[in-house]
Amino acid sequence: MNWLIDFFGNAANWSGSDGIPTRILEHLEFSAAAFLIAAVIAAPLGLLIGHTGRGAFIVVVSANAARALPTLGLLVLVVLLIGVGTVLPVLIPLVVLAVPPILVNTYEGVRGVDADLRDAAYGMGLRGRQVLFKVLTPSALPLILLGLRLSAIQVVSTASVAAFVGLGGLGRFIIDGLATKTYSDVIGGAVLIALLALAVQLGFTLLNRVVVSPGVRQVR
Amino acid sequence: MITFEGVTKRYPDGTVAVDDLSLQAPTGAITVFVGPSGCGKTTSLRMINRMIDATSGRILLDDQDVRAIDPPTLRRGIGYVIQQAGLFPHRKIVDNVATVPYLLGWDKRKARARAMELLELVGLDSRLAGRYPFQLSGGQQQRVGVARALAADPPVLLMDEPFSAVDPIVRASLQEELLHLQSELHKTIVFVTHDIDEAIKLGDTVAVLRVGGHLAQMAGPATLLSEPADDFVREFLGKDRGIRRLSFVPAKGVRLGSAPADLVVDDDTRPLGWRSNGGLLPYGIFDPERDSLRAALDAALLSPNGTAIAVDGDGHVIGVATRDALDEVLRRHATGPDEQARESDGEVPVTDPRRAES
Repeated sequence: MNWLIDFFGNAANWSGSDGIPTRILEHLEFSAAAFLIAAVIAAPLGLLIGHTGRGAFIVVVSANAARALPTLGLLVLVVLLIGVGTVLPVLIPLVVLAVPPILVNTYEGVRGVDADLRDAAYGMGLRGRQVLFKVLTPSALPLILLGLRLSAIQVVSTASVAAFVGLGGLGRFIIDGLATKTYSDVIGGAVLIALLALAVQLGFTLLNRVVVSPGVRQVR
Repeated sequence: MITFEGVTKRYPDGTVAVDDLSLQAPTGAITVFVGPSGCGKTTSLRMINRMIDATSGRILLDDQDVRAIDPPTLRRGIGYVIQQAGLFPHRKIVDNVATVPYLLGWDKRKARARAMELLELVGLDSRLAGRYPFQLSGGQQQRVGVARALAADPPVLLMDEPFSAVDPIVRASLQEELLHLQSELHKTIVFVTHDIDEAIKLGDTVAVLRVGGHLAQMAGPATLLSEPADDFVREFLGKDRGIRRLSFVPAKGVRLGSAPADLVVDDDTRPLGWRSNGGLLPYGIFDPERDSLRAALDAALLSPNGTAIAVDGDGHVIGVATRDALDEVLRRHATGPDEQARESDGEVPVTDPRRAES
């Protein structure tokens, strides 16, 4: 508790280029960039594979790779390959981390829509694209949002690795704190990351309320 | 009119679902495809709206080959009702019903007004319009399914085992409702079921299919019951064919006698029972104008003295039918093809004797 007071109570921690607000903003920038890139890649791909049933192996490979891949290892690898100095070494591992939950859940969501519903949609005279966007996607939305949420939370909690390659973000407090044995910084940084993750969770809960039809929300 | 001309569906693995099927589903009538599982009845139905395409042969919709029409366009002009209703869970009931009007580009207000009209037509409370499908019972969902299929007023309705997932009581009322709707709308309906009783109750024409997609017999329900083409059809029709056939004989021809003294009626000449020592005995009634001979016979069996009480539409006694009087009619219909029943085959009867028996 004292460590937390030391960290959050220290006025010097709240200003400047290494202050809490700046670090939070940096952290959010990496996270948001990685998350958005991943979403733009994975969500359409998941919808397409789920709808057509073609390319399902991509989903399987991606899901398995996600379990096996060490983010930190990948970070080091990318640094070795392209060097430091840009944000790429951070973005690439984060995007790789963020894609599978979105891809897998979007795919499963679309795939899992009741066959009768799909049948009825075609039977009413909807075209393929209308079936996907007017019926399958709204029905699968809870799972799609779940994928996005898991992905966002993972990215936010993992974005601290940026500090390993000399970039900013909340990871700085942890890395630097460990190096200088300033444990109040380590714990303070960890708490901030946890709070960000909670905020993301909350954000998605609210989003769920707004965009998911009550008719679908209740069923699950 | 829907015409099948030598339609065959063969799957790549060699399975033949429908084999050289030729038949006609007349305009404005209910044609039922019935048969055991694997007989190709659903496949046949789904080839009409091209949910499945035939391997060979042609299906004509009022002389136009369905293969010449782009499937979504074709389907928007054909109502389609499936077993589990298949309502869109994320849309309110009113918007579910308005699905096809929206697709056809109607403006939202007109589409919704039409949807409300249809909800009323299928007997649903307008308060349900703003609910979501999961808030409705199975029977209600099925009614919505029917309303949705009718929304753009298509001349043709395809119904794929629409009532088989609901309990028997709800099913019976949905069947009644369908006959009632049909008596007003006169759609060309193709109805698939595995339940022969449902087929006989609903069909103006019944096509019995056997496994492998062969047409075993196609006939009006009364003819089917009296003259099954072969052992397969006979077996599929099940027991009590003789009794069940009486559902198609109007009770109108039964000779009525005047009410005997031991029939107790109220001030308004409605029956109360048969007088006996110290009480009233149960009785059975039928309406000669609307009921079938089966209902009249049933009424006779319900009375201890074997006499059925004939009443008019308002329940006033108009006479009685003794067992002898019923026997006279039964003898006429007992053997051989029945002319009266034949006449009603394949048409929509004005007063439908089937409606009284459910």
